Formats: sequence, C-alpha cells, structure tokens
Amino acid sequence: MYKIEIEHLTKYYGDNLVLDNVDLKVANHEVVCLIGSSGSGKSTLLRCVNDLVSFNEGSIKLDGVSIHDPEFNMKDLYKRIGIVFQAYNLFPHMSVIDNITLAPKKVHRREKEESEAHGKELLSLFGLDGFADSYPEQLSGGQQQRVAIVRAMANKPDILLLDEVTAALDPELIGDVLSVIKDLRNQGMTMLIVTHEMGFAKDVADRVCFLDGGKILEEAPPKDLFSKPENLRTKQFLQRIIESGRL
Amino acid sequence: MIFKRPAPPRRAGRALSVREKYLPTLISVGTVLIVILVIRSVVISSSQWPRIKNQFFNLDVIIEVFPKVLHGFGINMAVWIIALVVIAVWALVLAIFRSLNGPWFAPLKVFSIVYIDLLRGLPSLLLVLLFGFGMPALQIPGLPKSSIFWGALAMISSYSAYAAEVYRSGIESVHTGQQLAAKALGLSQVQTLFYCILPQAVRNVFPSLLNLAVALQKDVALLSVLGVRDAVREAQIYTARTFNYSSLIAAAALFLVATIPLARLTDYITKKDRERRLQGAS
Repeated sequence: MYKIEIEHLTKYYGDNLVLDNVDLKVANHEVVCLIGSSGSGKSTLLRCVNDLVSFNEGSIKLDGVSIHDPEFNMKDLYKRIGIVFQAYNLFPHMSVIDNITLAPKKVHRREKEESEAHGKELLSLFGLDGFADSYPEQLSGGQQQRVAIVRAMANKPDILLLDEVTAALDPELIGDVLSVIKDLRNQGMTMLIVTHEMGFAKDVADRVCFLDGGKILEEAPPKDLFSKPENLRTKQFLQRIIESGRL
Repeated sequence: MIFKRPAPPRRAGRALSVREKYLPTLISVGTVLIVILVIRSVVISSSQWPRIKNQFFNLDVIIEVFPKVLHGFGINMAVWIIALVVIAVWALVLAIFRSLNGPWFAPLKVFSIVYIDLLRGLPSLLLVLLFGFGMPALQIPGLPKSSIFWGALAMISSYSAYAAEVYRSGIESVHTGQQLAAKALGLSQVQTLFYCILPQAVRNVFPSLLNLAVALQKDVALLSVLGVRDAVREAQIYTARTFNYSSLIAAAALFLVATIPLARLTDYITKKDRERRLQGAS
C-alpha cells in the first residue's frame, strides 16, 4: 500500500488547466522531488495533497483511504501532513515557541507543558536552541525556515510537503535548511518536495518527477533522470539548468 | 626604528559647535514669535477689537460659566469613553461577520454589509435626531427614555460602521499565506481568525482607529441637539441669555485640551507603526 496515491488529478483555475490527469504514488519513507519550470503545476499538485487547494477531478488517497471518503477525518489530514512554504509563513505576532505549539494546543488539545517540551526538543534537534522566545523577525531567513519546519513537525506528521523551501533564502543559508531535510529523510520521513535545487534533488530524492504543462512527463531515480533523460522537454529543461550553472 | 602610534579612532563626524546646535532652533522660535506679535498688534489695534474681545474672550464670562461648561464636558467625555468601548467591540463583530466565508455564515455577512452601507450613508446628526427624539416618542414600555442613552446609541451605530470598515481593511491587509499556514496546521476558520489574522489586523489598523476616536471625541457634542446638557449645550444656554459668546469659547478650549493630546498621540503611534513596517520589510 502506498502512503500517498494520487490518481487522475485534474485541476482548473478558471479556464486554465493547471493539472492534467496526474498520477503519482509515493511509498512509505520515500522522498519524491517535483521539478519543472514555474507554472508547471508543481506547487498546485503539492497543495492538493493537503487540501489547501481543491481539485476538479481525480482522487487522493492516504494509506489507501480517499481524503473525500466520508469516513476520513479532515482534522487527521492536517495532523498527518505537514507543509513548509517558500515564504515561511510564520505568524509574526507570536514567539517561536507559540508558533510551534499553536496547533498542538488548539487543534490537538495537548497540554501546554507537553507541547512546549516537545517544541523545545524539536528546536534543539534542528539547531535552534535558545530561540524559543524570539520573534520571527529577529531571526535570519534560514532560521525562520527551520522554525517553519519545526512547526510542521510539531503535529507529529508522517508526511512532509516542502514547497520551494530554499527559494527565498540567501545562498549561504540554503545549506542549513537542506541538511535539516536530509536528516529528516534519514529518519524515514515520507516527503514530497518541490525544488529548484537540482543538486539537492539528486542528493536526497529516491525519485524525481519532471512536470510540464500540468503533466508528469518523466519520472525516474535521480541518477537516471539527470544523466540520461528520455523526454525531449526534460532534456531541454535540464540543459537550461546546466547552462545557468545550477547543476 | 620609529614606532608610529596608532591613530586615534576616527569620529564618524566632527562635533557640532554650540552655535550650530542651537542656531536653527533659535531662528525658528524667533520668526514664529515675530509673526505672532505682528498679527497680534494688527488685531488689537483694529477699531473693532474691543467689541470682539468682549463678545468672545470676556474673561469674567468665561470664569462665571466655566463650572457649568466643565460639568457638561464631563458628560461629553463619559459618553465618549463608553461609546469608544462599545464601538471597538461591536465594529469588530461586524467586521468578523463580513469576513466570514461559507454558506452558513451568509445571513451574518449580509446583515453586516447592509448595516455598514446604511449607517455609513447617513449623517450622524440625522441619526441622533431620529434615535433621540424618535425612540422615546414611541413610548414603548421598558424602553429607556433618556436622551443621553439614545443619542449615544446613535453615535455608536454610526461610528461602528466606519470602524468596521477600518477593521475589515486590516483583516484584508494580512497576507493570504498566513491563512494557508493556519489551515495547513488544522486550525478552523474561526480559530484562524482569532489566533492568526485578527491580532495582526488590529495592530495594522490601530492608528486609523485612533483617528476615528479623535473624530468621535468632538462629535459627541451632537448630543446637545437633544437637550443633553453637555458642554456645548451649557454654553449655548448662557449665550441665549446674555448674547455673549465667550461661553462657547470656554467649551472650545476644553475640547481642544482633550483632542490635541490625543491627536498628537495618534501621530506618534502612526509614526512608530510606519517604522515597524519599514523594518519588517527590509
């Protein structure tokens, strides 16, 4: 059984077809990277998985159960899937620890002490000791993004969605965030990652999917996809990436 | 071998001399004083000045009428403060109603839109007359007859519509990413609003809300048309008896004493708020 099973997913924004009959299966503990140019539907696909955007046709199953099944508890969906955004989207009026413990306290009704202890444990695990009482604007971009990852982890999810998490960071801060993600991979987290960091995708992914025009044109293990892509569009895309010196 | 002494650390700029420090201030104060003195001498030397002074600035009258006007002003301030509290809450409720999405909330949303459109479109004075004279005239048992009550209610109704729009602009100014993040964490629509959106929204529009508070501080004088013996009414009563308008000047002075500091405070908070945002943007 697959962890995530996306079948025939189709999505329109108005008349604009953004996802065209997409099928994607992600096994437990698998890390799948989605690559492709802007507007190819990567982020939309990611956001369909945790119900941030609705879709027109198709189905999404978690552990074999459709998220639109009446039996399926939507609260459970948000608990089991964490997402991290490009712009961090931390709550600026809350301290780091309040950002992290908001959902555990208010949604999952855990005790304040318990969720704060868990939050602080995660913070030190992610190299953020001593920042619990800071406010997001006092942190660097890389630190904020790691806080955002901790916030997503505080719900104890078993799937993590990462939406271009390094795209807004200064180059020297990207490494910190990427190494955190590698650690998560080594701990067996199932991840679906939208990224422009091809080197990172090569490093961390079990499988890479190339999206174009709302379709998955090619999917393969990174060593195959990056060294001998079969689809012409994939070749052109990778060629442009290589020319710009990012692979 | 000659060891050079390290150069003393360079100052970022040279120190200003006393003259450079204080001269600009002195010039400003001097020119303003000169202008005031010139205007004063022109006014005072005019042939009509003694009459104007007697009509508007008669110190004896002001002293005589001051206790009553001050008492009336106390009523103005009491109405103002109570209205402020009620408006702050009621307008927020209206703004929340208006920002709710989903079919179940439609009646609240429609109510809020109609309320804001109606109450913002009517002159406050008309509302004060309508409530203040109209409601007691109904003679419905159990309904209060006090003019202050109905007048204050009219002001609250009217200003809440404005304040609700201010709150709403604040809610809309919060980035959509905040809503996405809250939803992804599993927060309900109401939880998202209370924990994530509103705290940011209120902080963003606090200066604008204070501006409304300053406007309301003066507009509570509209209650005088109902016969409420506030500062303006007390001054008017005196004027009607003596045809001397110094009593109104006494009331004016009291209003200025209250509104100018609040307006300055608003300016200060607006400035701080702008600095905070610029810092956040960088």
